Amino acid sequence: MELNQLTIHELQEKIKNGQTSATQIVESVFSRIGVVEERVHSYIRLMKDQALSAAKKADEDIKIGAIKPLTGIPLALKDIVCTKGIPTTCGSHILHNFVPPYDATVVEKLRDAGAVFVGKANMDEFAMGSSTETSWFGVTRNPWDLERIPGGSSGGSATAVAADECIASIGSDTGGSIRQPAALCGVVGLKPTYGRVSRFGLIAFASSLDQIGPFTKDVEDCAIMMNVLAGYDPRESTSVQAEVPDYRQFVGKDITGWKIGIPKEYFIEGIDPEVAASVKKAIAVIEKCGGQCVDISLPHTEYCLAVYYIIAPAEASSNLARYDGVKYGLRTSEARDLLDMYKKTRTQGFGNEVKRRIMIGTYALSSGYYDAYYKKASQVRALIKQDFAEAFKKCDVILTPTTPTPAFKIGEKMDNPLQMYLSDLFTISSNLAGIPGISVPCGFTAAGLPVGVQFLAGHFEEGKLIQIASAYEKNANLAKRRPQL
Amino acid sequence: MEFETVIGLEVHAQLLTDTKIFCNCSTKFGGTPNSHACPVCLGMPGVLPVLNKKVVEYGMKMSLATNCTINKSCSFARKNYFYPDLPKGYQISQYAYPLSEHGYVFLEVDGAQKKIGITRIHMEEDAGKLLHDEHNPVSYVDLNRAGVPLIEIVSEPDMRTPTEAADYLKRLHEILVYLEICDGNMEEGSFRCDANVSIRPKGQEEFGTRAELKNMNSFRNVQRALEYEVKRQQYIVENGGKIVQETRLWDDAQGVTNSMRSKEEAHDYRYFPDPDLVPIIVDDAWIEVMRKELPELPMAKRERFVKDYQIPAYDAGVLTADKALSNYYEEVVRLCASPKAASNWVMGDVLRFLNEERRDIRNCPVTAASLAEMIRLIEDGTISGKMAKDIVEEMYKTGSAPKTIIAEKGMVQITDEGALLKTISAIIDANPNQLQDYRGGKDKLFGFFVGQVMKATQGKANPQIVNELLKKMLAG
Repeated sequence: MELNQLTIHELQEKIKNGQTSATQIVESVFSRIGVVEERVHSYIRLMKDQALSAAKKADEDIKIGAIKPLTGIPLALKDIVCTKGIPTTCGSHILHNFVPPYDATVVEKLRDAGAVFVGKANMDEFAMGSSTETSWFGVTRNPWDLERIPGGSSGGSATAVAADECIASIGSDTGGSIRQPAALCGVVGLKPTYGRVSRFGLIAFASSLDQIGPFTKDVEDCAIMMNVLAGYDPRESTSVQAEVPDYRQFVGKDITGWKIGIPKEYFIEGIDPEVAASVKKAIAVIEKCGGQCVDISLPHTEYCLAVYYIIAPAEASSNLARYDGVKYGLRTSEARDLLDMYKKTRTQGFGNEVKRRIMIGTYALSSGYYDAYYKKASQVRALIKQDFAEAFKKCDVILTPTTPTPAFKIGEKMDNPLQMYLSDLFTISSNLAGIPGISVPCGFTAAGLPVGVQFLAGHFEEGKLIQIASAYEKNANLAKRRPQL
Repeated sequence: MEFETVIGLEVHAQLLTDTKIFCNCSTKFGGTPNSHACPVCLGMPGVLPVLNKKVVEYGMKMSLATNCTINKSCSFARKNYFYPDLPKGYQISQYAYPLSEHGYVFLEVDGAQKKIGITRIHMEEDAGKLLHDEHNPVSYVDLNRAGVPLIEIVSEPDMRTPTEAADYLKRLHEILVYLEICDGNMEEGSFRCDANVSIRPKGQEEFGTRAELKNMNSFRNVQRALEYEVKRQQYIVENGGKIVQETRLWDDAQGVTNSMRSKEEAHDYRYFPDPDLVPIIVDDAWIEVMRKELPELPMAKRERFVKDYQIPAYDAGVLTADKALSNYYEEVVRLCASPKAASNWVMGDVLRFLNEERRDIRNCPVTAASLAEMIRLIEDGTISGKMAKDIVEEMYKTGSAPKTIIAEKGMVQITDEGALLKTISAIIDANPNQLQDYRGGKDKLFGFFVGQVMKATQGKANPQIVNELLKKMLAG
């Protein structure tokens, strides 16, 4: 095994035992990037020089025994988290030249924990998409089948881990943008509880839904990442002052006697049969681990997509108003007056999907329509939240497929936004409810495409997700495969 | 036809917090453009607002001082519109759930107390400023003011004349300044006012179509603009026209209002709850803490001055119109124990000097201690009231204490009867004709003798003693 193929905990062992150095690890990651990046296109920007000097510093720390939770571990950052002095584009032309004078809180935390940043990962423009096809910097390809999409919006973060172009990565999840690409690329992806991980420095898409989380090669790495990421941030008003447990203690713990909720609304016709079969197998594994499956209902599930596609664009239409050409980013060079500058800058700077959502959101908030759309959606959102509160009275965690289908072909759904939106059918509800969710690989289709199973838990119960995901991972005995690149 | 005017005001007051409403930047006025700015108030991507608690507390104080009910829970909303001085493309304000509601203040109208309702008080952030290059087609954006905290105080349409509107504005202004939450500077824009004005035939219940007036940066301009606007609307109606709902700008130089935008061109602000901020929960305990911190308010102080110092209501009104002035007056009274004399000197001389120079009482060269000392010197007979007039002027010019001036100019009053007797004798001896005439019944000549004594003593003779001595000696 090459160093770049190992997990965080495996590399930590090697570092501690003096079997490798941070520099060697980083070099192995960049050598892999040199081979596959041209085909996969995980990154918008690589940070080789910074990574090598960070690795050098990590090696000095290792020498004096000052080893921190992520010392020398090469990570990819979705290009939606701000990095001081390094362009942060959000996958958009309008921010193609934006250099933040500040780090996102998670970037500070990861750096303080000793992590080494490899580069900024590709993504759907402003995180709006489920395929990483809307990026201004070009598509990212699924390492398991280069003709297919990796999922999105955090596609580059998922492929960088799946293709061993980093050890772990950071993504953001507004309606499934971590879990869906994790499932389609065969890696672990966790969306934490809203308020668990700081959003400061995360470029906003839909502020009441956005949450940062990790992509990792296994569940234990996910726990290690969460130990660094989670916690209160006084720079964010919606950050929650809740105790952060050591997530690693949940790894390998027994789940005997746990009640596993199986929501009937998530096992419906239209799910790809191979996906359904893999998830059924996962249920069997959970039962073998001592979990008891119980039928539950989340009655407002059918409204999730509609509610999401009002609330998220409404917030986005306001969040994206600041990209006006006045202060930073793209400014058109051919404006006659102020209004013309606004129009041309935004016309040139935003892609079609972003424009579509700005228009939907603007419409939903307009005078005369607010009550029928935004207000109604907010009311239904409360009911969706209530559904989960009721469900968690009957079970410890909920199990669902992460996505209705495996990865689809590049270009297949670009002309049909509604089809595209359906990819997030099973992931959106937890963003609306603010609860955490994890996607874990649960097998492959006959064509060799990864499938994911999703676990959902109550607010701030990430520990439970790690516990069940780890129990599943240990007992599923999935064949170890790597994408052939 | 006889018309009735209906006016409601929206007042924006900048709060005197050290830092901005959602970040730690300074709120200081002026400064190099964009020197009081950070990623948060510049609206950079990914940054988030964190509410300054002081803003809520200042807003609570104003709410309590104007009898508003503070809501147990209130929240922020986004007001969306594009303008270069608005870095995020939305202003964080309050909409459906304001800080407080249902308040009132009293005005004196035709000798009676009139209640003016306050609809609501809400918190919001200020926008930046645009600077337009006079010689080139270029505009610059200064975001030092962006994020400075404001409260907006919205009145009910309860005012019926431009004078009432101006009085209401003055009332709010003095309360804000008393609370020390706003410096009240209208020229720098820390206290701003928009007015909604309409007219209706007397007796009609239904409101007429209103115009919103903007850009009035002094009490006087508010009144002038309203007076103009009322006349304009009357003219239109009397000539068979219809008032259109619109926003109009006051042109100070021309003394007119001009249409800025019609109702059709009005923005759709697309208000919605700001997802980056959480609701503000205000409990009774917090309200009580704020209530205890409230200072004595202008109305209460006015009543106390009349009662405790026995000065006329008019004087009390003048002395309490400015908190610093009322403090100055009270300090003078405390040090000289003569409230009426203190009132006369403060209102008569000190204020006149200050007004001539448009100077603030806080920068008055005559300290309260000096003025009190001077009043004591009059009362113990060291100087005469007439001398004091000169001395106080000198005090204002030089900032010196009265005793210093008296010593420098040798202005001590002559109260030594022996010395005065000598002077008076000499004058009587030198004017035998006048003496004879006086004794012959020409009483008016008494003034002549007083004048002569004063002239001989360079005005330093104590007038009362001179009077007494002269009377005796002229009588023979």
